Amino acid sequence: MSQSMGELLQILIIFVVLLALVKPLGSFMASVYLGKFTFLAPLENLLYRICGVQQDEEMGWQRYAASMLFFNLVMFVSLFALLLLQHLLPLNPQKLPPFNWQLTLNTAISFTTNTNWQNYSGEQAASYLTQMAGFGLHNFASAATGMAIVIALIRGFSRRKSSAIGNFWVDLTRGTLYILLPISIVAALLLVSQGVIQNFSPYKTVPLLQASQGRDRLELESVTIPMGPVASQEAIKELGTNGGGFFNANSSHPFENPTPLSNCLEILLILLIPVSLTYTFGYMVGNTRQGWMLLSVMLFLLFVSFALLQWAEVVGNPLVTRLGVVGANMEGKELRFGISGSSLFSVATTATSCGAVNSMHDSLTPLGGLIPLSLILLGEIVFGGVGSGLYTMLAFAIIAVFVSGLMIGRTPEYLGKKIEVKEIWMSIITILTAGVVVLILSGLAMITPSAVASMANPGAHGLSEVLYAFASMANNNGSAFAGLNANVPFYNLLGALAMTIGRYIPALAVLAMAGFLAEKKCIPPSLGTLPTDKLPFALWLALVILIVGALTFFPALALGPIVEHLSMQ
Amino acid sequence: MKDIKPAILLFIMFTIICGGIYPALVTGVAYALFPNQAKGSLIIDKAGKELGSSLIGQPFSDPQYLWPRPSATAEFDYNPSASGGSNSGPTNPDYLKTVAERVKALRDSGITGPIPAELVQASASRLDPHLSPQAARLQVSRIAKARGIAEATVQKLVDGATEEPQLGILGVARVNVLAVNLGLDGVR
Repeated sequence: MSQSMGELLQILIIFVVLLALVKPLGSFMASVYLGKFTFLAPLENLLYRICGVQQDEEMGWQRYAASMLFFNLVMFVSLFALLLLQHLLPLNPQKLPPFNWQLTLNTAISFTTNTNWQNYSGEQAASYLTQMAGFGLHNFASAATGMAIVIALIRGFSRRKSSAIGNFWVDLTRGTLYILLPISIVAALLLVSQGVIQNFSPYKTVPLLQASQGRDRLELESVTIPMGPVASQEAIKELGTNGGGFFNANSSHPFENPTPLSNCLEILLILLIPVSLTYTFGYMVGNTRQGWMLLSVMLFLLFVSFALLQWAEVVGNPLVTRLGVVGANMEGKELRFGISGSSLFSVATTATSCGAVNSMHDSLTPLGGLIPLSLILLGEIVFGGVGSGLYTMLAFAIIAVFVSGLMIGRTPEYLGKKIEVKEIWMSIITILTAGVVVLILSGLAMITPSAVASMANPGAHGLSEVLYAFASMANNNGSAFAGLNANVPFYNLLGALAMTIGRYIPALAVLAMAGFLAEKKCIPPSLGTLPTDKLPFALWLALVILIVGALTFFPALALGPIVEHLSMQ
Repeated sequence: MKDIKPAILLFIMFTIICGGIYPALVTGVAYALFPNQAKGSLIIDKAGKELGSSLIGQPFSDPQYLWPRPSATAEFDYNPSASGGSNSGPTNPDYLKTVAERVKALRDSGITGPIPAELVQASASRLDPHLSPQAARLQVSRIAKARGIAEATVQKLVDGATEEPQLGILGVARVNVLAVNLGLDGVR
C-alpha cells in the first residue's frame, strides 16, 4: 500500500468511528439533559443540596442568562486570582512567578470564554496547580456552559407556550458529570497508554548524548525536560473544544500527542460532542432528520476544506522546492502524523472552536493557511465549539429560512415556530458580532505602530497573522498564526475585549431567542411550509453561510493569504 | 440574586471534582497501568541512569551521529523547555535564506539528489524525535565513514529503530533518531 493511500485511509477510519458514535452519544446527551439518565443521582443530588439548587425549578431566559453570567464571573475572578498568586500556592515545583496583570486579564478571560488563546508558554509560566485547578477546571466549566446554552435554545424550539427554558445549574451539572467527566477519564488513560505524560514530578534533567553548544557558545551537557499532569488536561482540552496547550507547542508536543494513534484519538475527541449534538438537537425537537440535515451541511464544508488544505500542503512551498528539496511543506509539522494527520487536525480544530494545534498554522502555505482562517471567520459553524457551534448554526438556519421565505412569499417558519422580527434580530446579532469585532480591531491594529511591530513575518503574511489573531479571539477559537508577538498590551487588552464580546453577546442573544421561541405556539406543517430537513434546504443553508462569509471577509482575505499566494508564483 | 450562592458553591464543587479529584484519579490509574509512559517514556541504561526520553529529540551535529530535523529553539537546538514552531511564513526572506543554508550544509556533507523536506524544515514542536526512513538512509554512508564501520551495520541500527505506521495504517513510518545514536555509541 502506498503511503498516500494509507494517509487517506486513516482519515476514513476517523470518520467511520465518528459517525458511528453520533447516534448513541447524541441520544445519550439528549437523555441526560431531559433527566432520563440518573445513574449518578446520589452525587448529583448531594451537589444540589450543598449548593442550594432547586432541581425542579424552571427558569425564564433572563434568569437562565443571569445565572450563566454569574457563574462565568466567578470563573473569571478565581482564575484571575490564581494566576496572580500561583507563586504563593502549592504544586509549583519549578517556583514559577505570578503572571503580570495584562497577561492575567487576557488569560483569565481566554479560559473563561472557552477561547484558550495563550500569550504565555505553558511549561515556562504555569504551575501544576494553575494547570489543573485553573485551566483544566475552566476547560470543563466553559464547555458545560456552552452546552447548557444550546440545550436551552433547543428547548425553545421544542416547548410550546412556555415561559421557561430549563434550569442552568442542573444543565451545567449534568453536562459535566454525565458527559464531560466520564469521557475525559477514559480518553486520558488511552492517551497515557500512547505516551502522554501524567505526573507531578519536578522537571527532569537528562544528559545529552552529544554535548552541544548553545547560542551563547557555552558547552551544554544536559537538558531539562518539563513534566506535569498532561493527559488529564489533554483529554478535556480536546473534548471541550478548549484547546489551551499544557506546553507551548500544544498538541504537536510529543508529550501531548506522541503517536499517530493519539493524534487520531485527539481529532476524534475534538469532533465528538459538536457532531453528536446535531443528533441531540434532532432528538429533542422530535425529528432526527433535522439534525442529520445540519450535520450533512457541516460535513460538506469540512470535506471541502480538508481537501483544499491537504492539496495545498502536499504541493508544498515552491520557494523551498526550487532549492532542490522534495515533498510536502514540512515547516511546522511533526513527521509522525503524516500530512493528512496534520491537515485534518488543523481543519477539525478550526471548524470547531477548539484551537489546539498539532502543526503551526503560521507556517502553512498561503492557500493552506487560508483554510483554517476561513473556517474560523465563517463563525465556527462547521460543528463549532461544544454548544456554541450548534447555536450559531441554528441562527444561520433561521436566517436561511427567513431569506427563502421572502423569496418564495411564504411566512418563515422553522421547526413549527413562526420566525418574526425578534428572532431575526437575535440571529443577526449571533452571526455578525464576531465579524464586526474582527474587522474593526484588525483595522485598528494596522494603524497602531506597536501592533504592527508584533508581526513576525513581513508583508501580506503579517496582515494574515493579525487577522487570524482577532478572528481566533473573537470567535473563541484560540489557535494562532503564532509568530505574532501578542503578549503586549495592545493584543492582551483588545484581545480580552474581543473574546468577551465574541462569547457573551451571541450567548445572550441566543438565550433571549430561546425565551421568545418557547413562548410561541407550534404551527403544524402545511403545504405552504418549507421543509427544512431535505436536501434543497441543506444546499440553500450552505450557500447562505458561504455568501455571508464571503461578503464579510473577502476583502481582508484578498489582502492577506491571497496576495501572498500570488506573490509566490 | 438568589443565584449568586449556587454560582459560587457549584464552582467550588467543580474545582474539587474536575480540578482535583479528576487529575489525581487519572494519575493514580496511569501509574498503575502505564508507569513508564506516565513518567515520560524515559530511556534508562543497565546501571539505572536516565539517558533521555524516547519522545523528545536531542541535538546532533557531529558527522558520526544521525542528524535530526533542524530545530533552532531558543538558547540551543532541541531545548525541551522552549517547545514551539519557528512560525516562519512561507515567503519570509530570512526563512528562505535559512533553508538555503541548511540545503548547502547537507550538500557539503556529501548528500546528493533530492533532499527530503523534513531535513531542512523545522517541526511544530521543534522537539520532533523522528526522521523518515528515506532521510535516515541518506546519512548512512557519512556515519559509516566517520566511524569506520560498514554501512550495513549502520543501516541495521536504523532499521531496528524504525516504527511502522501504527496498526499498519495510522501515521507514517519513522526512525527514532536518539535510539539510532544510542545504538551507534553502543550505549544501548
